[in-house]
Amino acid sequence: MQVRVYVSPRQGILDPQGRAVENALKSLGFADASNVHIGRYITLEVKGDSRAAVEAEVARMCDQLLANPLIEDYRFEVEGG
Amino acid sequence: MSATPASLPGEPAVDQALARAHGLSADEYAAVLARLGRVPTFTELGVFAVMWSEHCSYKSSRKHLRMLPMTGPRVVGGPGENAGALEIGDGWVAVFKIESHNHPSYVEPYQGAATGVGGIIRDIFTMGARPVASMNSLKFGALDHPRTRYLLSGVVGGIGGYGNCVGVPTVAGEVMFDAAYNGNILVNAFCLGLARKGELQSARAHGVGNPVIYVGSATGRDGIHGASLLASAEFDAASAAKRPTVQVGDPFAEKLLIEACLEAMKTGAIVAIQDMGAAGLTSSSSEMAGRGGLGIELDLDRIPLREPGLTPYEILLSESQERMLLVVEKGREAEVAAVFEKWDLHALVVGRITDDGRWRARYRGQVVADIPVKALSSEAPLYDRPAAPPAAPLRAADAPARAPAPREALRALLASPNVGSKRWVFRQYDAIVQSNTLAGPGGDAAVLRIKGSRRGLALTVDSNPRACALDPYLGTVATVCEAARNLACTGARPAGITNCLNYGNPERAEIMWQFRRGVEGLRDAAIAFELPVVSGNVSFYNETAGRAILPTPTIAMVGIFEEIGQRLAIHFRRPGDCIVIIRTAAPSMAASEYAALFGAGDARLAPIDLNRERRLIEGLLKAAERRLLNSAHDVADGGLLVGLLEACFGDHALGAHLDGVDGSPDELFGEGPSTVIISAAADKVDALREIFAPLEVRVIGRVTSQPRLIVGTLFDESINELRLLYDQALPRRLELT
Amino acid sequence: MKWGVVRFPGSLDDDDALYALREVLGQDARMLWHKEETLGGVHCIVLPGGFSYGDYLRSGAIARFSPIMRSIAKFADDGGLVLGICNGFQILCEAHLLPGALTRNRSLAFICEQVTIRVENARTPLTRATRAGEVLRIPIKHGEGCYVAPESELRAMEERGQVLFRYVAPDGGLSEAANPNGSMRAIAGVANERFNVFGLMPHPEHAVEGELTGGADGLKLFHSLIEAAR
Repeated sequence: MQVRVYVSPRQGILDPQGRAVENALKSLGFADASNVHIGRYITLEVKGDSRAAVEAEVARMCDQLLANPLIEDYRFEVEGG
Repeated sequence: MSATPASLPGEPAVDQALARAHGLSADEYAAVLARLGRVPTFTELGVFAVMWSEHCSYKSSRKHLRMLPMTGPRVVGGPGENAGALEIGDGWVAVFKIESHNHPSYVEPYQGAATGVGGIIRDIFTMGARPVASMNSLKFGALDHPRTRYLLSGVVGGIGGYGNCVGVPTVAGEVMFDAAYNGNILVNAFCLGLARKGELQSARAHGVGNPVIYVGSATGRDGIHGASLLASAEFDAASAAKRPTVQVGDPFAEKLLIEACLEAMKTGAIVAIQDMGAAGLTSSSSEMAGRGGLGIELDLDRIPLREPGLTPYEILLSESQERMLLVVEKGREAEVAAVFEKWDLHALVVGRITDDGRWRARYRGQVVADIPVKALSSEAPLYDRPAAPPAAPLRAADAPARAPAPREALRALLASPNVGSKRWVFRQYDAIVQSNTLAGPGGDAAVLRIKGSRRGLALTVDSNPRACALDPYLGTVATVCEAARNLACTGARPAGITNCLNYGNPERAEIMWQFRRGVEGLRDAAIAFELPVVSGNVSFYNETAGRAILPTPTIAMVGIFEEIGQRLAIHFRRPGDCIVIIRTAAPSMAASEYAALFGAGDARLAPIDLNRERRLIEGLLKAAERRLLNSAHDVADGGLLVGLLEACFGDHALGAHLDGVDGSPDELFGEGPSTVIISAAADKVDALREIFAPLEVRVIGRVTSQPRLIVGTLFDESINELRLLYDQALPRRLELT
Repeated sequence: MKWGVVRFPGSLDDDDALYALREVLGQDARMLWHKEETLGGVHCIVLPGGFSYGDYLRSGAIARFSPIMRSIAKFADDGGLVLGICNGFQILCEAHLLPGALTRNRSLAFICEQVTIRVENARTPLTRATRAGEVLRIPIKHGEGCYVAPESELRAMEERGQVLFRYVAPDGGLSEAANPNGSMRAIAGVANERFNVFGLMPHPEHAVEGELTGGADGLKLFHSLIEAAR
């Protein structure tokens, strides 16, 4: 099954990349842009019998490796199956 | 017996028009037909196009480069290897080279600069030497040009991002801004490695039947035609569209390759090894076979691919990074493979060495290329292009002077990004990994120790494009002198040169003239200092819409300490010491930063007396050996006062009180020809006069414990205040919008 | 005293740490390959700087799962001394052997320079040869050294004395300009609750020989560990 994982900085954690991009957007005249955050987008394929099994597996991957829960939040989407 | 090669179904028919589109002239295409005795296959056409490109064949420069002195008592190995090597004593050999990655860095600054660093590091460890130091020379457009800041941060980030990750310290470099580089930046990367004498590795194939082994990253579509199109054609509007072919660097893969290759070489089973750099698999395989006078056969079905569907044409021309090609003793493949497996790398047999002098590639049971090896290497085209000086000098005399007060001039110079501190740049580079750095960026030259030896190395990289623009010959001579002086100011004896010659389009007679005069200048200066030119690189076509960069020969020089304890630093150390200057000629404003800021530049460079230049170098070395000096610093950008301040900017806030300068702008701010500032105890001055004779040794003042710069009655300034201007020169320009 | 320096495939300061221990400090030190599981009876493990496995995901995120890290977790659990420097600090945080995490420098740029750090707790195995409030000059070189942890955790760490070093000006005072990477509370180094696992971003192994650019203040930290192991 095709899986898309989105990892983003946790609310309140210093996000210097997001801040830099926000400043750049403002200096280009995009005054309405705010709250910019930069994270990671990971795609992968996971074999599994059911969607529920794949979802459980992906959650374990996120907790163990793909995200650091101390500083990052994640969510994911599973397609197919 | 091999069948006649044929294009694959679906590939375009080869004719002169297609050859033209590949950058081959009508004459060159005719030569291809003659060498093969038939029409090339599509794959072969691509192979000829890259191997006969300026970048791979040096077809416009080879004739002139032959005039350079390449031998000497310390030189190890012959020309034609991947980098030059010098014996430095105690059984050590230093391998070093500098190379350009200009065009790729303009198109995609981060990856362009990163892969430039990766490529030059591979050239060094390929020789069996562990890379121990990197340097770089960077030229950008004016800081107020809209693209400059993006290019600067990308290039610096890429150099750091790659170099910091592979564990090779970046110990020195130079950065310059000039509007002449608005459309063509220069990124020249240097690497030096150390090997034990007798353990250098060859890139010369031998042993018919020996397997050819592929190691490293899989092959993708990166940089196809990078070498021929990016480096051998001027920029145009279509450049942006070439972005997808830009190579991407993987420093972690490089780190694995460094460790695994150096370990695999210890088995003694590796006959030859070469990086798959420009023109990738094609150049590495044909060059190794060519050096050995042998043939080579490649089985393209065995090449590991990053994505399916690559054609033979793409496989052979890919410039995917971090790949090495090895020739291994037959029967010892498993031994070599085991070392690579330890580093999680796979060594795959992809071909064999043959005796028929042919470069042959097979794909799905069919021969897709079958070319005499010599046609790709020693028999590539060679041109003697017309050269003629321009009708008018490149840089006319600057506008008439608006003579500023000395105090104002000094402040403006310190705040100029060309004169002020480059710390904003070099703090982004790991300068200390490997624990050898005795002096890092920011001095005249970097100084490295060699563990387990009293010997050491000094490294510098220099260029002086504004001087070369006034006179491409004298400017190059002055650059070689400056590099030698930078080394001698640390107490190291200059020992060898590598160079990167950056110019515009060589098909224009005036560019070819600049190039030829530059090579002549390098030759004459190298001979005068008895320095071998052990390696080098030429980068042509640095121009956009007919506007070429300033002629920019970049000189990297390596010096040797027999006793590392004799090294000197630029900073004053003792209050009360005499401040002494030693000059080879009267200072001049020509090509100075002062002239760039305020006008009043002489339109001509003063002549250079190489005997006096050599006297200065020998004097510095003798004075260092006899431990007469407490500091030494070469006067460069900004002139005498800036040089003095740099000597004051040490850890102890010292000052300088000058009473022996005449206070004229030429004396205070002129940059050429050669001035060295030294500090020494008063009772050493007589010995110095004797050592440096017939050069004048002039005491101009004293080091003071008060952090002030006092120049006669001209001015009295706070060193700390001036230092702030100097330190903030770049950050202030970069952080304000 | 026996030391083990762990070599991951992308370790860079592993040889430097080994050189500092063996050649400068005369210690019995050996390299430990990341695929090994035995630690060879060492008293102190050093996790050196570098980019362990390329660090393309997050620094130290993958190294944490290497065979040797399982043994090191057990070693730490049994009270063994573990020192993580730079990337080693990042790995120890990812492995939850130390609290907090290290994120991109505030400037987004890699920084290599000499910094000054102040000893906050001199009663630990890593700092016992120093004085509380003492200022040490030690180089940093990292792109991801900004220390973060939840406020509640930070408060608890301060109370227990787990904050070992802070970035300060040369005179010992705190200032935003002296904090090179934007770390919360200017934290440069921490310990775990048991005070046997330590992590710091500055490189003491690059500050053991006065003639090199890094100076020699790092010696005090190694001397502390040697005393502690006696």
